[in-house]
Amino acid sequence: METVFTPWQSLGGGALIGIASVMLMGFAGRIMGATGILAGFMQPASKEDWAWRAAVLAGMVSGPLAVMLFTGQMPAVEVPVTPVMIVVGALLVGVGVTFSSGCTSGHGVCGMARLSPRSIAATATFMLATTVTVFVLRHVIGA
Amino acid sequence: MKFVVLYLIGLVFGIGISISGMANPAKVINFFDFAGTWDPSLAFVMGGALVVTFFGYKYVLKRPGPVFGPGFVLPTRRDLDGQLIGGSVVFGIGWGIAGFCPGGALPALGTGQGSVILFVGAMVVGIIAGLWLKNLPLRRLQSNS
Repeated sequence: METVFTPWQSLGGGALIGIASVMLMGFAGRIMGATGILAGFMQPASKEDWAWRAAVLAGMVSGPLAVMLFTGQMPAVEVPVTPVMIVVGALLVGVGVTFSSGCTSGHGVCGMARLSPRSIAATATFMLATTVTVFVLRHVIGA
Repeated sequence: MKFVVLYLIGLVFGIGISISGMANPAKVINFFDFAGTWDPSLAFVMGGALVVTFFGYKYVLKRPGPVFGPGFVLPTRRDLDGQLIGGSVVFGIGWGIAGFCPGGALPALGTGQGSVILFVGAMVVGIIAGLWLKNLPLRRLQSNS
């Protein structure tokens, strides 16, 4: 499935992700990592700890609705894989990020921006693993 | 007031994810498909986010502390270990199979699409399973991430 190359939208979206990451650090002193925020939301250390995570997550989920308000349409979510692949992939993502203590946002953006050796190693590792997985699925197995 | 600001920060992140293409598995998987229908867009997402965060953190972390106090919560570990690398491999494989990462999927919940709900539900099961495997309370995870 072909997708359109969107350098400006992607750069602008990336800049907004960066602004949100900087603001969360500046206001709450926290890393903008989806894994860490969600995991802490599921088992918070205190009521206060749960509340800030709930507020950030509520804002995240409102993102597509705000985009619809501005542009008149929901952002595209095109899924070129089967429901079984979604479930298998999601289970692996959940287990993996628990052990790696972070994902694309926590390690790939916030940790890399701090030049953390752990985050650089994690990001290089998962980018390589994803590349190999996509190659095998699309060009070896042909799913 | 504090929670309004936090909501707005989440909203900026959610809008960024939405317009960047990170919430769209077709674009995500194509970014990694160098041998097929390659779409380099996600390099621009990472690039834009990294440049802003790199310089923004430099400024913010010089301040005595966050506006809402009390201090910055930053991971301090610098060593590499098997859990970090192994977990990253498993995460990468899952990302390649499904096309969603946590930061892409959580904002995408707002579209109400069944595939996103299915992904997030299964991912939460995966996180619980991962914690059970690790035999650690969740507090450890968030303090490390």
